[in-house]
Amino acid sequence: MSTTNTTTPQPQTTLGPGRRPGRRRPAPGVADAVLIGRSVRHSLRDVETMLMAVLLPVMLMLMFTYVFGGAISAGGTIAQDGGYVDYVVPGIILTCAGFGASSAAVDTATDMANGIIDRFRTMPMRSSAVLTGHTVASLARNLVATAVVILVALLVGFRPSAGPAQWLAAAGLVALYILAITTLFTAIGVVAGSPQAASGYGFVLLFLPYLSSAFVPVETMPGWLQPIAEYQPITAVNESLRALLMGTDPGWYGPAAVAWCIGIGAIGVIWGAAAFRRRAGRR
Amino acid sequence: MEATIQALGVRKAFGTRTVLDGIDLEVPAGSIAAVLGPNGAGKTTLLNILSTLVAPDAGTVTVNGHDLARDPSAIRESISVTGQAAAVDEVLTGEENVTMMGRLNGLNRAEARRRSRELLESFDLADAARQRVVTFSGGMRRRLDLALSLVATPPVIFLDEPTTGLDTRSRRALWQTIHGLRTDGATILLTTQYLEEADELADDVTLIDGGRVVASGSPGELKAQVGETVVELKTHDGELLAAVPTDGTLPGLRAAINQLEERAAPGAAVSLRSPTLDDVFLHLTDPAAGQATTQKAFS
Repeated sequence: MSTTNTTTPQPQTTLGPGRRPGRRRPAPGVADAVLIGRSVRHSLRDVETMLMAVLLPVMLMLMFTYVFGGAISAGGTIAQDGGYVDYVVPGIILTCAGFGASSAAVDTATDMANGIIDRFRTMPMRSSAVLTGHTVASLARNLVATAVVILVALLVGFRPSAGPAQWLAAAGLVALYILAITTLFTAIGVVAGSPQAASGYGFVLLFLPYLSSAFVPVETMPGWLQPIAEYQPITAVNESLRALLMGTDPGWYGPAAVAWCIGIGAIGVIWGAAAFRRRAGRR
Repeated sequence: MEATIQALGVRKAFGTRTVLDGIDLEVPAGSIAAVLGPNGAGKTTLLNILSTLVAPDAGTVTVNGHDLARDPSAIRESISVTGQAAAVDEVLTGEENVTMMGRLNGLNRAEARRRSRELLESFDLADAARQRVVTFSGGMRRRLDLALSLVATPPVIFLDEPTTGLDTRSRRALWQTIHGLRTDGATILLTTQYLEEADELADDVTLIDGGRVVASGSPGELKAQVGETVVELKTHDGELLAAVPTDGTLPGLRAAINQLEERAAPGAAVSLRSPTLDDVFLHLTDPAAGQATTQKAFS
């Protein structure tokens, strides 16, 4: 190390001649844990996104309760005892979760555009742990957003009648839903050419709740639209969630919701992983 | 003994565009090799193939005794790569970047923190360790990028245009670092557009253009082909009329000036300069042109 004829100090590389042992593979799970920590830090430091994640639920909750709620209730089609607030809470939870999860697409696309993924790829680690990081951070972020929705809802008159088991089931269902759509958004982030494109594609998915039973009952929609609204995944998740929160029986919506989430999640994981591998050879 | 990096007949096309058209390359253990060429010559693609990022269409590659087709993950355990884009995490601080890379290289928390302090110190980033990278200047990013590559101590190091975009002082400091790595026992392959850089660092230079090896040899051997000095003839408003390579001796200069005689326009001025990549490149791709006149073909 000190044998070179240099005038500037040498960076300390710590090893003597011929003693460069190679890289150590991180222990199983370490890469995932480290990259989850990275994504959580990203989330906490992205002030605008965090602000939106908290403000959006508040705004939606207030708007649907005080602005649209009167007109929709006056139509007389909402059968909920507690009025429109009790009806709309699950829909707002799902809308906010969808919005929050969509930033996973932007985060992933940003990483894909940057050299950092290439660096991971040349290291002896599972480089798709980057995607795991974004997915878990999205889950954590959106569970917080969900708690905010419920808190605001309680303040404006939401009166759930769920028991502890049903609360637990509801939380599990919301988590499953967030995971499912996050994997889909992550795959979109891998495929999209740029963060801007990822944001655009993600936006399309955010309209799905409006075409479900989230905000108005399916029966009030035009006939041709009803089958679409009734059998799309968000209606199943939404009806199950509403039933759990209000202490009623979700019926067939329950298994349908779980099946939809697992199906969507599986597509997201497989598509995302395949696209991640494919993007490697192209540059 | 087998070379540490070996490529034989490596080809790669993206769609109908052939980027590498049969590249052969050998880098002996403990040496520094430079791949020299203009933009678009295929330097980065070659490096991406050697570092397992891109699969070649044809040809064989071994790095540190591991075959690329059979065991890319063993290659990944033997290499460190610094790409052209600074692969740093802008949201994290400098310290968090290095610590994260340490953890991903199998160091435990304490080791990773210690390594992070060492590297930030030696790359002159200790003062900025707790700042987010988004506030770093271009030179600081580049240094952090290198620090990240050197968290691990693999035997083979790839550097893609390591000094592009650095000021002269940082460039010289980085050259010292690279010499130090070789002293440390590393085998280094770097790409560059600068003859001066290849001259300073490399034991062997491989000149590539259009996806083919145009020439290879030590920097001295390559430069000997174009001479030590280039004599240029320019009009008084700076337009290049002719450039003749010479060996720098008095008879050589005299011969060169005689050659220029016939091209001299009224008011034209003669000047001397060192050979550049342009000269070597043009000489090697078109020896006839190199002997007589060298025009600026690319800049």
